[in-house]
Amino acid sequence: MTAAVDTGQTTTIHGDRVSLLRVLGPAHVWALGVGIVLVGEFTGWNFSADKGGALAALIVCWIVGLLYTSVAMIDSEVTSTVAAAGGQYAQAKHIVGPLMAFNVALFLVFAYTMLEVSDAILLGDTIVAKAGAEGLTHNSFIAATIVVLAWLNYRGVLMTLNVNFVITAIAYISIVILFFSVSPWTQGAVLKLNELVTPGNALPYGWIGVIAAFQFGIWYYLGIEGTTQAAEEVRSPARSLPYGTMAGMITLLIAAAMTWYVCASLMPWEYLGITYYPLWDAGKLTGSPLLEELLFVATLLAALASANGCINDAARAWFSLGRDRYLPSWFSAVHPRYRTPYRSILFLLPIALAFAFIADLNQAITFSILSGVLQYTFMSINIMMFRRKWPLGTIRRGYTHPFHPLPAIVLFCLCMVTFFAIFLGFGSQLIAMTVFYFLISLWFHFYRYKFVRRGDQFSMPWPKPQGY
Amino acid sequence: MWMGLSYVCWGISVVLAAWMLYDWFKVDTTYSEAVLTSSREGELEAVSEKHRI
Repeated sequence: MTAAVDTGQTTTIHGDRVSLLRVLGPAHVWALGVGIVLVGEFTGWNFSADKGGALAALIVCWIVGLLYTSVAMIDSEVTSTVAAAGGQYAQAKHIVGPLMAFNVALFLVFAYTMLEVSDAILLGDTIVAKAGAEGLTHNSFIAATIVVLAWLNYRGVLMTLNVNFVITAIAYISIVILFFSVSPWTQGAVLKLNELVTPGNALPYGWIGVIAAFQFGIWYYLGIEGTTQAAEEVRSPARSLPYGTMAGMITLLIAAAMTWYVCASLMPWEYLGITYYPLWDAGKLTGSPLLEELLFVATLLAALASANGCINDAARAWFSLGRDRYLPSWFSAVHPRYRTPYRSILFLLPIALAFAFIADLNQAITFSILSGVLQYTFMSINIMMFRRKWPLGTIRRGYTHPFHPLPAIVLFCLCMVTFFAIFLGFGSQLIAMTVFYFLISLWFHFYRYKFVRRGDQFSMPWPKPQGY
Repeated sequence: MWMGLSYVCWGISVVLAAWMLYDWFKVDTTYSEAVLTSSREGELEAVSEKHRI
């Protein structure tokens, strides 16, 4: 029995093989990246105000924006060349080596699964806060979020990212509507930035507060690099991935600036830094019931879009590990009808549910951020090695990022600052995760790697790297 | 109303989880493991985007 006969699909079949469907375009890439990230505008970024004041939240908005612009540029260049599911994992495998690739894949799976957990908890808590009903808990809403989105992912990537495009666009438009509803061109009518952010309270803890704010400034953009996981399912990776990723980054920079301006002009930094719903609260503070309801719905949609993209990305990273036998090849199964990595989706489903029921929001967020920053640190080293081993002109690139090696150096330096900021706030978690990755690396090196078919894992038809 | 919505959420979760488990069982018993795990990295590019400089 062959896949070609039974599936009725007309694309992406090579003989008897069942592959992921190549059906996505730049809009889906945008929906995947922005969808994962946008929830950070609805909650998360504002905790940076608690660390360093409202001005610190703005400073990190732009500096972390620089970090992520570097991430987007570097990622676009490498992934337009290494167009395979697994994204940064496939990049690491071809450019650095198997042990780095194994670690990067785990960074990806942890970052996205923990972000999915955080999104589900946020969605459940938001509904409970809105309902205010006695005896109502968030568990049922968490379960429905994770299971429904897993089902959507199971049924196919095209519908999954079509849904993500629509709900991400609605959430984004709600921020734009809020921004223009408060007359941003005039101060005093609704917005009171001059009164709320003064020279006396702009940086209440000085510049060390700005450094500490990096930890939560990450939330403005955390996850935009997830666009690369779609590499094997886009119709034209060399064009769609750079286009979708860079468009997504521009979208997010605009959203972050608008969000900070409205929220810092409506709430004192002491409150802004501790609320879980800065944009929903901003909607309430405008006095418009319509805006309040719109921002409530938008908060839910942003959480849904993020969790949806995270399930998509975590499953592809796990699937790629199985396909290269870094994990049992059982995980590399593709559904013959829906063309999705269905076993990986199902395997990660109960893990996400378990964490969502037992972990709290802060722990889940911290593990996600830590894994993300570890991944960005790798990317700065990866691009240096990529350009040295395969200089411009030796292999075809869909996109070539400018000013090399400046973005890589900026990215590395900002990652170091962010690690220091995380150490200030969550030092024990940072050490625990480092120990975890060290031990799992030993397991991979001494036990698991003997199962890997070493010649098969390097699939890109590239010339030999310089110096080899 | 909210408690009712909560029960609906549990119901939907159970139904969809059961459907996925059923479909998983059906697929795994219909197709061979060799077919299901036949995907290969890079073959898309090799087939449809010939690598030339």
